[in-house]
Amino acid sequence: MSVRRLAEKQPESFEFTPENRAWLDAQIAKYPPGRQASAVIPALWQAQKQHDYWLPQKAIEKVADLLGMPYIRVLEIATFYTMFNLEPVGKYFIQLCGTTPCMLRGSDDLIRICEERIGEQRHVTADGLFSWLEVECLGACCNAPMVQINDDYFEDLDAANFTRLLDDLAAGRPVHIGPQNGRLRSEPLGGLTALTDFYGADGKSGPLSDMQAALQPANPAK
Amino acid sequence: MLQDKDRIFQNLYGYGDWGLEGARKRGAWDNTKDLLEKGKDWIISEMKASGLRGRGGAGFPTGLKWSFMPKPDPARPSYLVVNADESEPGTCKDREIMRNDPHLLVEGCVVAGFAMGASAAYIYLRGEFIFERERLQAAVDQAYAANLVGPNNIHGYPFEVYVHHGAGAYICGEETALLESLEGKKGMPRLKPPFPANMGLYGCPTTVNNVESIAVAPTILRRGGAWFAGFGAKNNAGTKLFSISGHVNKPCNVEEAMSIPFRELIEKHCGGIRGGWDNLLAVIPGGSSVRCVPAQEIIDCPMDFDSLSKLKSGLGTAAVIVMDKSTDIIRAIARLSHFYKHESCGQCTPCREGTGWMYRVMQRMVEGRAQKKEIDMLFDVSKQIEGHTICALGDAAAWPVQGLITHFRPVIEARIDSYTARADKDAVKVAAQ
Repeated sequence: MSVRRLAEKQPESFEFTPENRAWLDAQIAKYPPGRQASAVIPALWQAQKQHDYWLPQKAIEKVADLLGMPYIRVLEIATFYTMFNLEPVGKYFIQLCGTTPCMLRGSDDLIRICEERIGEQRHVTADGLFSWLEVECLGACCNAPMVQINDDYFEDLDAANFTRLLDDLAAGRPVHIGPQNGRLRSEPLGGLTALTDFYGADGKSGPLSDMQAALQPANPAK
Repeated sequence: MLQDKDRIFQNLYGYGDWGLEGARKRGAWDNTKDLLEKGKDWIISEMKASGLRGRGGAGFPTGLKWSFMPKPDPARPSYLVVNADESEPGTCKDREIMRNDPHLLVEGCVVAGFAMGASAAYIYLRGEFIFERERLQAAVDQAYAANLVGPNNIHGYPFEVYVHHGAGAYICGEETALLESLEGKKGMPRLKPPFPANMGLYGCPTTVNNVESIAVAPTILRRGGAWFAGFGAKNNAGTKLFSISGHVNKPCNVEEAMSIPFRELIEKHCGGIRGGWDNLLAVIPGGSSVRCVPAQEIIDCPMDFDSLSKLKSGLGTAAVIVMDKSTDIIRAIARLSHFYKHESCGQCTPCREGTGWMYRVMQRMVEGRAQKKEIDMLFDVSKQIEGHTICALGDAAAWPVQGLITHFRPVIEARIDSYTARADKDAVKVAAQ
């Protein structure tokens, strides 16, 4: 358990954009009639995304009103689930995995870099660009150590490429999402040891290899 | 060695097309109607014959679990809930299924849902998997567009598939906590009984299965339970995704036959242990929740449920965390204690208070700032937590600590000795000033 409280400075109001409101209605339709409370986590998440990645009290109340739930029930959700940021975060919010599999592969180095460049956890830099938080396992252990920055995973990090990544983000340069050491996903580095009948040793030369389709984004609109 | 043609996850590494067309090329959605026409009883008996044990950690036979669902009742729909809240430290296999081969999972939902008479499947992903969620949703949308799922689909069995997500709570991987979360509440586990098969989601009959258990089902049914049962030792059948992390030369996910010896698994797919086999210290073979096993015991051990439980550990999710001799094993386990302290939902006192207590003592053990009698006390307290909580998180928090004390007590004692020796030296210095 961790102690989580609402931020002291809160905005006056919160309103979903019309697009998000329509999106939320579509979410509610997934659940049986009368079970709209099931949509509370997706609703809060969308509110957080709309509000610079943190969740103000007014948004919690708004979601409660829309779903017909008591405020306290939604506040419980917002404080129980740790992905809801209850206070402002940097434009690039770094969630750094420090659990044992990442620790074994050198997440201590990444923590040191964050402390030197950004400061304490949850502290937002003066330019508003960065803040960071050590979180628990993010489920990319074969690509350890890794961080999640906003929505995206950056994996197979070390001190050098993590520093470079932060430099690129600070300078507004494009960055490569995913493994930073030349891997595509979680295959062994330097050549496949399985599925070579279908993809060849390099993954790209077998009968089923289709790099164009493989790299196609799930959501082309994004 | 498992041959490529016998691998179920043929796009595990994402070098091929994840979409419907690519999935069809690899054999998914191939005459699914034919499978359904053979009937529920055939599906369940074939799943039982395959010997598939649930891939989420507990290893409960999947076919048996499906057979627990009561007869469909029009007034009370049944649900299939897929547990994709993959958060166990070390485990990263379901993520690859959802982003690289999502159609296996969607088809699995249809087949499993039909076998248990469910009207809809809810797939509950962990909130952090945003890209995976978009991929899976895209695959579900493709399946709807091709009329493979939906109210009037080509299989003749009306069935809906919904993607839902959490927001960062490990405990929601526990099946009843997951159901609570899906109902829009805090993820606090429910007391059992009643079991979800009778009173699950919205009070209706529900079966909760891991992603991998569901995703392998269509292939098992196409190729026959006997084919799947042909891999691995008795009672440990099938192929399995292993996630190997930590101090190996090339960490990776790989599908292998069950009961593959540890040495072979590491040599073949991970390029060996960092610094050679003599440098291996210990292995956590099944995700953070199982006890660690020292090098000499694991090297030639078959990686399956029964062999590992003989070593008082477990296969769990087959997340193999390898530690070489450079590891501070006390700190590695203390970090897991921090994990459980952070993730305890706070419902049961032994877990809420105990995980924090164990973490604080473990922190002192890392420094050596402890007394040797506290080692026994720590072990004793961990036994007080184990088995005294609603869900298994209390057990999961206790086992890593117990494993550490059982196998590495001399290391803890040496740490305490060195701290004490240092303390004496410092004390003398201060006194002399």
